[in-house]
Amino acid sequence: MDMDALIGLLHATIRLTTPLLFAAIGGLYNERAGVINIALEGKMLLGALVGFMVAFSSGNPWLGVLAAAASGALVALLFAYVTITLGADQIVSAVAINLMMLGFTGVVFRLMKAANSGSLSAPTFQEWTIPGLAQIPVLGPVLFRHLPLVYLAFLLVPLAHFIFYRTTWGLSIRAVGEHPRAADTLGVKVRTVRYLTVLWGGAMAAIGGAVLSIGHNSTFIENMTAGRGFIAFSAIVFGKWTPLGTMLASLLFGFADALQLRIQAGILEPLFRNLGIQEVAYQIPVMLPYVVTLVALFFIGKSHWPAAAAIHYDREEG
Amino acid sequence: MGETPFLRMEEIVKTFPGVVANDRVNLEVRHGEIHALLGENGAGKSTLMNVLYGLYQPNGGRILLEGRPVAIHSPEEAIRLGIGMVHQHFMLVPPLTVTENVILGLPGARGILLDQAEARQRIQEIADSYGLEVDPDAPVGTLSVGVQQRVEIIKALYRGARLLILDEPTAVLTPQEIQGLFTVMRRLVADGRNAIVFISHKLDEVMAISDRVTVLRNGKDVATLETQATNKAELARLMVGREVLFRIEKPPAEPGPVVLEIQDLVVRDDRDVPAVRGLSLEVRRGEILGLAGVDGNGQRELAEAIAGLRIPEAGTIRIQGQDVTRMDAGDLLRFNLAYIPEDRQREGLVLDFTLSENFIAKRFRRPPFSVRGFLRHPAILDFARRLIRRFDVRAPGPEVEARKLSGGNQQKVVLARELSQEPDLIISAQATRGLDVGAAEFVEQQMLAQRARGAAVLYISNELEEIFNLSDRIAVIHRGEIMGVVRPDQVTPEELGLMMAGIRREGAPATESPAEPVSSNPGGHP
Repeated sequence: MDMDALIGLLHATIRLTTPLLFAAIGGLYNERAGVINIALEGKMLLGALVGFMVAFSSGNPWLGVLAAAASGALVALLFAYVTITLGADQIVSAVAINLMMLGFTGVVFRLMKAANSGSLSAPTFQEWTIPGLAQIPVLGPVLFRHLPLVYLAFLLVPLAHFIFYRTTWGLSIRAVGEHPRAADTLGVKVRTVRYLTVLWGGAMAAIGGAVLSIGHNSTFIENMTAGRGFIAFSAIVFGKWTPLGTMLASLLFGFADALQLRIQAGILEPLFRNLGIQEVAYQIPVMLPYVVTLVALFFIGKSHWPAAAAIHYDREEG
Repeated sequence: MGETPFLRMEEIVKTFPGVVANDRVNLEVRHGEIHALLGENGAGKSTLMNVLYGLYQPNGGRILLEGRPVAIHSPEEAIRLGIGMVHQHFMLVPPLTVTENVILGLPGARGILLDQAEARQRIQEIADSYGLEVDPDAPVGTLSVGVQQRVEIIKALYRGARLLILDEPTAVLTPQEIQGLFTVMRRLVADGRNAIVFISHKLDEVMAISDRVTVLRNGKDVATLETQATNKAELARLMVGREVLFRIEKPPAEPGPVVLEIQDLVVRDDRDVPAVRGLSLEVRRGEILGLAGVDGNGQRELAEAIAGLRIPEAGTIRIQGQDVTRMDAGDLLRFNLAYIPEDRQREGLVLDFTLSENFIAKRFRRPPFSVRGFLRHPAILDFARRLIRRFDVRAPGPEVEARKLSGGNQQKVVLARELSQEPDLIISAQATRGLDVGAAEFVEQQMLAQRARGAAVLYISNELEEIFNLSDRIAVIHRGEIMGVVRPDQVTPEELGLMMAGIRREGAPATESPAEPVSSNPGGHP
């Protein structure tokens, strides 16, 4: 593999990590507060659709991102109400949201297609080349020639670290996820903390989805997240619930995605030819990110979930 | 401050679905006093204090603080009013440090930024002035329960608490730690500004530390007395509603051959640290060996190793002479071993199963309870009804879920299952924990009955009084080692306390192998 191909691979890794990172770092907040969020997938998918629709109709991709965030927060509000206020099971509610969003986005997009006879292509973001830094050999082109959302996603990582470990908010979040009753006895508003982190996580996941539709592409495709919400969820577990770990896990999955695209494009063809393989079905490399997820979770060993994860809290219950 | 009491709770009513937990309860606490709130489990002590702390909203009554009526809707408001509570089950977040636990929920001096340096300094000041020694940077999960309790007290004081509620604070402490706590309590009220509500069901402690005592029974306040003007017997009668025997009548033991023999046992705990470290002991037929010690010194691991729930790393366990070291609980069934686990709700019972299902949990594979893989309900129900009667389980019927029973009745279900098989060996871990006087008495009577029948009993407890009452011999465990084996009539609670704190008993006659006099005198006990 020559240098250009390597740079291309690493650049794509950063690019493909971005949607995962938004969803995972956002989801980390509610996970640390004790709300398990496997509805990241549904929120990403909704964000992808809403981001695309608003960018398409307004002509401004930034408006698309904002609208996506709002839509993600809205669905998160529903999820929060059902689970935190009504005490419904977090897993089952999230599965319902995922299924609902898959159907809802598909129907809306088809209606939109039927109503617009022309091309459905939204305006997209331009790459920001960071002056100076982008000139550094190898690192420059890999790290500093990206869409603005990419920088934003990676900035969320130190932000999350700072909030978790250096602020009173972060201390409250961590305490609520480990021992909500203890937090409650000290005047921490358990429900408020959980609501806010769920809303924030929903907004971030939806932005992650918008990255797919108006960042990497300029249109929406049915089920375009293709399980990335679940991969983001796995990144949180694999990253052991820390911002840095979650980022590294996201990068691993992003790398697997970038690699599979290149395998599809034929970088391994000489190797296959030497092995006497005529043709590799494209479905095989496409599996790669999912296989990596499985293998990663297999090797993570014993993981320490926040002690109150997925457990409903009610002050007057025991 | 004069005549106005610090706190008045008037006619407090709190109901839960189907239960009146507080039935027009009155409580008055004065400045500078340690006020004991005495009652059995379920008498409504914790409920009353949870009302005061804003965790529960009362259905009636009012609260006056220094003469002013207050409504306390949340712990936050209670804290603002200067009320602090140290809960029976500590409200600490184990992965967080002492400092983080203390400042949790407080607005920082620097806005949302955590200011740990300043907090650490204030913690140190509080610790120094009341003798509450603690490392501010240690993760709370790594500290002993005694130290965790100090963190709880610091937490309340840090928030400016002047009225401190201590909910059963001595349950988890050694005698020395209890003395330390009492010293701290006296210092706290010394200047006459503060007050302490001390919740307890232990009469000795109430007599030792309190200025006045309010007794609760079945959700009602039955009396408030000056401690000096009362005595244990009167308090016990008020608390239980009948006369209570403090000494259990016990015929002398007639120990037979060794049933359980443990040699140089090493067992690791869940964190993979050796919790039992080269321990040896033996229990004979017809005797109760009490194992005293502070919680977390390897008792759990030892009990689990014997019961086949944890594989020892080294050493041997023999039952009736057979090596069972590496056998699991299933293999041990044929040794007729009864195991009463420390945590009856998680290990002793399946809470969502009915009583009859819990009763047959060990035997459902055999007739008459199942035939060719099919459960035989008539036999199961019949068996359950008999056990309910024999062990006096207060339950609507055999088909009710174990979850619905009170703690004492749940423990009776465990005892019924384990003891009805007429075991040769009983491993009992903290069998009376959390039980009220009546239920605890029942457990103790059952143990004595088993001893009389010829069972060998290893009775693990951190209640010293109980160990003294029941045991024929007492072994003290500290950090997974036996500090000595003594006879209850040859040792004082203070000496036992020192052994529990890790001081090996040297030279005293009782430390020599206690099996000797018995084996040389098989006809009976001298």
